[in-house]
Amino acid sequence: MAKDFGYTISCDRQIDFDKLSRSMYLEVKKAEPSVDACISCGTCAATCTAGQFTDFSLRKFILLLRRGDSLSVIQSIDKCMLCGKCQLVCPMGVNTRGLIYSIQVISRRIECRNRRVVNKM
Amino acid sequence: MKLEGKKTLWKEYQKEIASDNYFYARSCIRQNFFPASETTFLRVLREELGKTIHEDARHTTCTGIVYHSDLVTIETTMTVIARQFSLMTQSGYLNYVASCITSFGLYTEILDMWEHFPEMEQKAREMLWKATKREFEKPKSLAHASDIIYKFRNEIAAKSKYKLINLNTGQPLKVVEHIGCHYSKMFPHKGIGGAEYPYVLVGMIEAFGGEVVDYPERRHCCGFGFRQYIVKANRGFSIASSRKKFESMTPYKPDFILTNCPGCPYFLDRWQYAISEMEGITYGENGHGIPVLTYEELTGIVLGYNPWDLGLQTHQVAVEPLLDKIGIPYDLSQKYLGSDGEFIGKPEKPSVLKVY
Amino acid sequence: MKHVLVIGGGVAGMEASVRLSQMGYAVSIVEQSDKLGGKLNRWHSLSPDNSNASDLLGKLKSQIHQGIHKHLNTEVLSVIKNKLHFVVGLSDGTDLKTDAILVSTGFDVFDAQKKEEYGYGIYDNVITSADLEQIFRDEDELKTTSGTAPKRIGIIHCVGSRDEKAGHTYCSQVCCITAVKQAIEIKEHLPDSEVFCFYMDLRMFGRKFEDIYRDAQVKHGIQFIRGRLSEAFENPDGSVMLKAEDTLLGKPLKMNVDKVILMVGMIASAKTKKIKELLNLQIEDDGFYSIADTHYESTKSSVPGIFVAGACTGPKTIENTINDARAAAIQISEYLKQ
Ligand code: SF4
Ligand code: SF4
Ligand code: SF4
Repeated sequence: MAKDFGYTISCDRQIDFDKLSRSMYLEVKKAEPSVDACISCGTCAATCTAGQFTDFSLRKFILLLRRGDSLSVIQSIDKCMLCGKCQLVCPMGVNTRGLIYSIQVISRRIECRNRRVVNKM
Repeated sequence: MKLEGKKTLWKEYQKEIASDNYFYARSCIRQNFFPASETTFLRVLREELGKTIHEDARHTTCTGIVYHSDLVTIETTMTVIARQFSLMTQSGYLNYVASCITSFGLYTEILDMWEHFPEMEQKAREMLWKATKREFEKPKSLAHASDIIYKFRNEIAAKSKYKLINLNTGQPLKVVEHIGCHYSKMFPHKGIGGAEYPYVLVGMIEAFGGEVVDYPERRHCCGFGFRQYIVKANRGFSIASSRKKFESMTPYKPDFILTNCPGCPYFLDRWQYAISEMEGITYGENGHGIPVLTYEELTGIVLGYNPWDLGLQTHQVAVEPLLDKIGIPYDLSQKYLGSDGEFIGKPEKPSVLKVY
Repeated sequence: MKHVLVIGGGVAGMEASVRLSQMGYAVSIVEQSDKLGGKLNRWHSLSPDNSNASDLLGKLKSQIHQGIHKHLNTEVLSVIKNKLHFVVGLSDGTDLKTDAILVSTGFDVFDAQKKEEYGYGIYDNVITSADLEQIFRDEDELKTTSGTAPKRIGIIHCVGSRDEKAGHTYCSQVCCITAVKQAIEIKEHLPDSEVFCFYMDLRMFGRKFEDIYRDAQVKHGIQFIRGRLSEAFENPDGSVMLKAEDTLLGKPLKMNVDKVILMVGMIASAKTKKIKELLNLQIEDDGFYSIADTHYESTKSSVPGIFVAGACTGPKTIENTINDARAAAIQISEYLKQ
């Protein structure tokens, strides 16, 4: 039994790049190559309807995928209303709506895969 | 790793260390944490090196812990420090030696502040006078006690009975060092070897025959902080810092950790126990922890002092496996007897961490 | 025939000498090393067109004709200013009478060892942008010290620039584009490698620079992490652990890379300091020479008859250095006609 000293060991906030996997980014990139042009300017996130009321930020999600934190993206990607305003403002010509759609499809695929693994256990 | 590159840097960070006639100020926590370290330091200086080192029973804390916990103002701190200096002046000494890294850092900081803001020094003098009718000279030289051992490391090595060599393999012991943050991170030029690759402990390890292992999280704080440990709610952050270091050094299989600060050896030692109880993880060989030594304890070990006189029985992580590797005899029946032969009590057996 | 002495035979000195000579002045170049060309001798290819540094050097050299007096391996020892001319003593024994002086003492590459925490000269796999150019020049492959092809490379921007600790608060201008150029070159040599640039701001000010940056991301898959390298450590296998903040995510990040390339900045050259004393020139806080007017007289120094051109008045691209040299030639000629 773990002893209770009245405190717990804090989780590490550091992004440990080598322990994370960028495979979801690669999948997304295959489906929507224009994602590579994103320069994290935040124009999309500033105009986004979803971002005004939830933690949705396409800029941040692209970065999270690039670093390998897919889980946070999968959990939030459905908050997008697919309104397309981000596409109108992106200065780099990222096909943002297509990108979000691809992330949603891939998220579902990953969720299914995970469920199958859980069912087998 | 290119040693030459480090040597070039080390040359840039040397400082004058007085060669005799020291005024010694103890640490307020070390005597509880590692009770024999300071006694050992005095013994080595007086008996082995024939130096004059003076103590004054009237000296107090430097206020470091409360200063860093934001509980006293800078005025209080500098007046207390002015009083320490006045004790030194009164007893006719010029070379101040601090046992504690935080004190050393704080003295350095105050002296630096006085240089930049002479009106603050004036204020300290006035306040000290009002409170105690005392006056003081600033030290001619300020050193941390580890600087003194560093300075005489070769003399000590020449007198040593043991080398840091593994008896079974004939190979040098692998040692990781951890420097107290306030030794040189604030004032790199006041520390031997600077802040990025400090040499003070490396020099001792080399002189005593060991091999230094540089590990990725070497520069990371041990996690003591001040309020981080003192406030229980913050302790998770303190212990996580130490764990980060253990995880980083474990792949190198170090034989022990050498430290020069009061807080670091305490936390690096005790947190190994806490982590083992909370997570079932140990970092040393065969369920043991990685022994943690103060530089005075190490000096005593190579000089062949009785391990129990060095206070090694007060460590949480058993030091016996290390003594066995070096080939130092010890009598387990004496382990928990005080210097007067009385039983001093025995710690509870940890549920995971192996001890002797 | 009026005479101009050019101190420093790098890009600016060579170009100005040629132009002044074409204008009908007698020109002598004093160069401390054994060849003309300065830092260009040590570079492999140039942004934004990836042209060969040696081609440009060849072009510059081909114009240096017999009429231009070269004093190689030579230092300026003394300068005395008379009413209308200068008497200059050189270390090769020559005493020159000259009507005007052009100072083109260039820049020095920042000594990366000064950023102790980056481990240059200590960690095996940390090199500088200048070292990488040398590798490409020698047609060597980029390898780790154990002889393998690096799988992941970290490129560190602003080494010695924009850094009060390093003593240089200004931006060196050319290293952002050099970083991206070198990142692409690495990807071309090692297509399977991952390349990461750690930057604070990407200063893609030149024509085509922004396009190259876009290509780096889209065509070459180079990744950019906004955060300055805080410290580096060597791992047991010789790879290097980098610590930076991913400032766009607001989280500390650590990453192991097999090779680190430090984008060393431009600093005022040791020569600049020396010549400043001899000629009584003024320098600014950044160590580079003062100029008479930033917009209008960028090649005039604080002393009449003495002119300045190239990177000795601050970091410059080669394009701007050559233009500066030509501007100096015009300004010198105006002065000599007075
Ligand atoms: S499409 Fe989605 S992400 Fe883009 S602006 Fe609309 S809600 Fe936001
Ligand atoms: S607007 Fe475009 S470039 Fe800017 S963050 Fe959004 S997707 Fe990236
Ligand atoms: S050009 Fe880029 S890398 Fe160079 S100093 Fe400026 S910002 Fe830094």
